[in-house]
Amino acid sequence: MKPTFTEGGKLSAFGSLFDAAETFFYVPNETAKPRGAQIHDAIDSKRSIFFVIIAMIPAILFGMWNIGYQHYTILGEESTLICNFLYGLGIFLPKMIVSYAVGLGIEIAVAQWKKEEVHEGFFVTGMLIPMIVPVNCPLWILAVATAFAVIFAKEVFGGTGMNIFNPALVTRAFLFFAYPAMMSGDKVWVNGSYMDSINGTIDGVSAATPLGQLAAGEPVTYDAMDTIIGTIPGSIGETSFIAIMIGAVILVWAGIASWKIILGTFVGGAAMAYLLPYAGAENFEWWEQLTVGGFAFGAVFMATDPVTSPRTEGGKWIFGLLIGAMAIIIRVLNPGFPEGMMLAILLMNVFAPLFDYFFVQANINKRAKRAAK
Amino acid sequence: MANVIKITKGLDINLKGKAAAQVSAAQASKIYGLVPDAFWGMKPKVVVKEGDEVKAGDALFVNKLHPEVKFVSPVAGKVTLVERGDRRKVLSVQVEAAAQQAYVDFGKKNVSGLNGEQVKNALLESGMFGFFIQRPYAVVANPDDAPKGIFVSAIADMPLAADIDVVMKGNEADFQTGISALAKIAKVYLGVKPGSSLANTKDAEVTVFSGKCPAGNVGVQINHVNPINKGEVVWTIGAEEVVFIGRLFNKGVVDMTRTIAVAGSEIKSPEYKTVLVGAKIADIVAGNVATDKKVRLIDGNPLTGQKASEESFLMAHSTEVTAIPEGDDANELFGWIAPRFNEFSVSRSYLSWLMPKSKEYTLDARVKGGHRHMIFSGEYDSVFPMDIYPEQLVKAIIAGDIDRMEALGIYEVAPEDFAVAEFVDSSKVELQRIVREGLDMLRKENE
Repeated sequence: MKPTFTEGGKLSAFGSLFDAAETFFYVPNETAKPRGAQIHDAIDSKRSIFFVIIAMIPAILFGMWNIGYQHYTILGEESTLICNFLYGLGIFLPKMIVSYAVGLGIEIAVAQWKKEEVHEGFFVTGMLIPMIVPVNCPLWILAVATAFAVIFAKEVFGGTGMNIFNPALVTRAFLFFAYPAMMSGDKVWVNGSYMDSINGTIDGVSAATPLGQLAAGEPVTYDAMDTIIGTIPGSIGETSFIAIMIGAVILVWAGIASWKIILGTFVGGAAMAYLLPYAGAENFEWWEQLTVGGFAFGAVFMATDPVTSPRTEGGKWIFGLLIGAMAIIIRVLNPGFPEGMMLAILLMNVFAPLFDYFFVQANINKRAKRAAK
Repeated sequence: MANVIKITKGLDINLKGKAAAQVSAAQASKIYGLVPDAFWGMKPKVVVKEGDEVKAGDALFVNKLHPEVKFVSPVAGKVTLVERGDRRKVLSVQVEAAAQQAYVDFGKKNVSGLNGEQVKNALLESGMFGFFIQRPYAVVANPDDAPKGIFVSAIADMPLAADIDVVMKGNEADFQTGISALAKIAKVYLGVKPGSSLANTKDAEVTVFSGKCPAGNVGVQINHVNPINKGEVVWTIGAEEVVFIGRLFNKGVVDMTRTIAVAGSEIKSPEYKTVLVGAKIADIVAGNVATDKKVRLIDGNPLTGQKASEESFLMAHSTEVTAIPEGDDANELFGWIAPRFNEFSVSRSYLSWLMPKSKEYTLDARVKGGHRHMIFSGEYDSVFPMDIYPEQLVKAIIAGDIDRMEALGIYEVAPEDFAVAEFVDSSKVELQRIVREGLDMLRKENE
């Protein structure tokens, strides 16, 4: 079957797709070159990347349940666990399908054009996107944003491994700046019915997020336990601190995410939240800054993206510390943006090479000094 | 007491088929071949014709750039073939062994009465000089250089590598003579493992290295003991090749008899064999290779060696011949999620971290993944025990940025230093090839 898809074969236009499918099913049989290492570790980027998805599963499952829970709570209706979950599935699944279809479609087309293998990096990005967009984000906007991120944040730089910004965050940033009405308000995090929105009665089913309340200077109506368990309105993946931490343990244990970045982010965020006098509010302790909004989700799943974070171990500490601090600064000191995690990570993505520069340059200087002696 | 350095980074890969500590002689080959490619960075000029009679120790080819550096025949006999490949590149010079071995007499010498120049000349004359590898560039040494040190590693910790204790047995006196001879040329630094009897070697600065592979790499040892700066040259030589030099002075002849490990999961009874450099691989592994599957023979160990066939000749620097499954017919399903109990990985996404350390793995020659840009960071760093940023250096080489390569320390490395990093790399970048190209590029630029 393979020759049909290789260069010159009848279906060679789908060669990249065939390759992708083949490597999905089989470990490549390619053996080592005559020179160089003759044996290799069994780890490959595909396995690492699927372990990231495994680590996201607790947050996804909880997120789906929570969509339903928030929906029925706001309507004042009784509901069961299964009901909540199925309702959430109905919200999440279309978003996931759109994100994958658009993103992978573009990736496969580009890979075919460049005559390369399709890289698996988008499997993570495509799963992250539905987890960080508003619950009732229309699918067509999601498709536009995903296409924008994949083309302009990833493919123009050369694809997986070459991008400067985290593509999933670029998707969210695109929504944030291009469709501010969808994102900025505090009223979009709970899904009403589509009929409600058409009839303009959505106001009746809105709920404020803790960060929205903070930004508006209102007292926070959720207690700390809610924010840790995650029974609060918010993006699909971000609400449950516990579910995210289960993911963090999987990622760090498998050696896929850098614990230095995760710990650095929490330490930086905690320090800044403690120092800034406004970080706490009525009914809100300073440390709750770390459990609400996208802070934990960003620290565990976004900041740790190996491609857009620093490559040196020292750089990872600085990167994490500054993301945490910056996220809290934006949240607390900038009244326009209730949430600061996305912008903090994108900003530090830009600086990641600079943090590396300090450490690599120190090594270079040391060597030059040694030679001059 | 010798200085002790503990190496914390690295990885020991526990492969199946380690050689048992019993030594026997390999069957004699009919034809021996000296392969110029084993002496990297040298342009061979063949100085014999087909049909010539040679003795062990007669030059077969010389370095065109430095004709005083000779490469000599391991056996006496008749030159049968100068094998050439594309663009007349010399692949091997082959000698049919005579029934009666005859040696060129270089004369027994007492090393203590010689000076550096005399030792160097003796080594050049006998072809032993060709075993020196210089850094920078990891190429055959240049006799005009004055090295700041000669480094010898008496640790072999690559997977399936021949144990130095077995190799050295009975050769201790020749080893000491060899070290004393080298000490006349430059300061000798010897790296040994903890508890090694070689720690008492005289005329050398002995350092004990403990730690995981690649602590035995001479490059790692140089980096810890006396790192190379721009403009400096050091020479390195294998421990067993020091024995060759000792034999030259003690016996007056060239005797390139090695004790190599014949090992690997596809070797039926892994053990040590005494062979001459240039012996046919077929004679070394005769009847000892598994036949039930496709096997990859490797001249050297599985991390730094190169693919060989039964027809190839044992390369000059090789200390083992190994055999692993080729694996190109494995068609393994769902590698990205299946547990794969028999695979070894540094990643805890596999279960090898749960297994006892003593578990031995059968690894085949598959690359086990698609080639990617470098995605995950810190992978190389965790198995690269030198004060160098390996990933940044490799990127500088890929970019062809000469200044940056220099600044990041390319002068201190050889391809073999990247072998473990190449093994663990999840992006499957061919690090040793890239480093080799970088070194060659820089050498061309500077010379």
